[in-house]
Amino acid sequence: MAEFSLPVNSIVKTGKIYKAAAGVKNIKRFIVYRYDPSTGNNPYTDTYEVDLDTCGPMVLDGLLKIKDQIDSSLSLRRSCREGICGSCAMNIDGGNTLACIKAISDIKGDIKIYPLPHQPVVKDLVSDLTHFYAQYASVEPWMKTDSATPPDRERLQSKEDREKLDGLYECILCACCSTSCPSYWWNSDRFLGPAALLNAYRWIADSRDDATGDRLDALEDPFKLYRCHTIMNCADVCPKGLNPAKAIAATKKLMVERKV
Amino acid sequence: MSNLRSPLSQAKGLGSAKEGTTHFLRQRLTALSMIPLLLWFGFGLAAMPVNHATLIATIQHPAVTVGLIVLIMATFYHAQLGLQVIIEDYVSTKSTRLVSIILVTFLCLLLGVIGVISVLKIALGV
Repeated sequence: MAEFSLPVNSIVKTGKIYKAAAGVKNIKRFIVYRYDPSTGNNPYTDTYEVDLDTCGPMVLDGLLKIKDQIDSSLSLRRSCREGICGSCAMNIDGGNTLACIKAISDIKGDIKIYPLPHQPVVKDLVSDLTHFYAQYASVEPWMKTDSATPPDRERLQSKEDREKLDGLYECILCACCSTSCPSYWWNSDRFLGPAALLNAYRWIADSRDDATGDRLDALEDPFKLYRCHTIMNCADVCPKGLNPAKAIAATKKLMVERKV
Repeated sequence: MSNLRSPLSQAKGLGSAKEGTTHFLRQRLTALSMIPLLLWFGFGLAAMPVNHATLIATIQHPAVTVGLIVLIMATFYHAQLGLQVIIEDYVSTKSTRLVSIILVTFLCLLLGVIGVISVLKIALGV
């Protein structure tokens, strides 16, 4: 049944404060979640005072400055630093987003940074997304065809049909949407979540794919699809500005369309 | 013991139940039907003088009898569908989930039948 308080070993405690050097004027405080499962200790938040005069403009710049110059034990994922790889997805100032495209100046007061909600934590800001990726794989996100491949050319698609994939193909699988969804928090073992469902619809909507019916069959389930109650957190947080809720609604519409 | 099943196998789980759309559609259709029915019921009740004889006479009108029965059936069907969704959302223990859904279904059926029989009893004057 429901648990109304955190287990004792999950309560987030207050950690150390790393003061800025004397004479630093433009200080921003980063309050960062820390957890190392191998120690058996509770998670805690460390506070780092960062000199913004010697720091890049984005939250990721601040985190890397902390890791490089203040506390090298901080763990986080990052790669492209321009919002296309999806590695640095985390919960910043209460919302999931990519640290690399979230400006420090957009946040009033201290910057609170936590890992993506409701996922197992590997260490600090690194969460375990194994199940999330497996759910993506389970929607078989590749083209499936029964018709013969044209011998002399690629499979053609009209401009109009190609446009139907806009707002779907741009997903970078950063997991911001799924981990912001309450339905995903409560039932992620069976609910596929907004990211996997958006990608499922990306193939349902593809005019070159011959497996539309099979794809709908695979999704028609009280949990896999119908746990979505159009809460819209997914669309709210998507750092790429996509709308998974709309893709899910379109999927439900097709489910009804083939029934009545 | 750690789980040695592959992540993909765990994500696929027991596969698709191949249902859910009927539930989804009926939940919305019952909701839609209840908009005019509840407006009619609410305004009708408000406009009625508080008086036992008038109430009985009104319910005995065939159109009112039918309207009330449809309203009661739609309400409790909708309640059952909605409560099932809420239980599926928030009750994670499998056994509690199943027992709760069964109890809610039986309760809604019972209340619905009581409502319909009550209206019929008044309508038929037995």
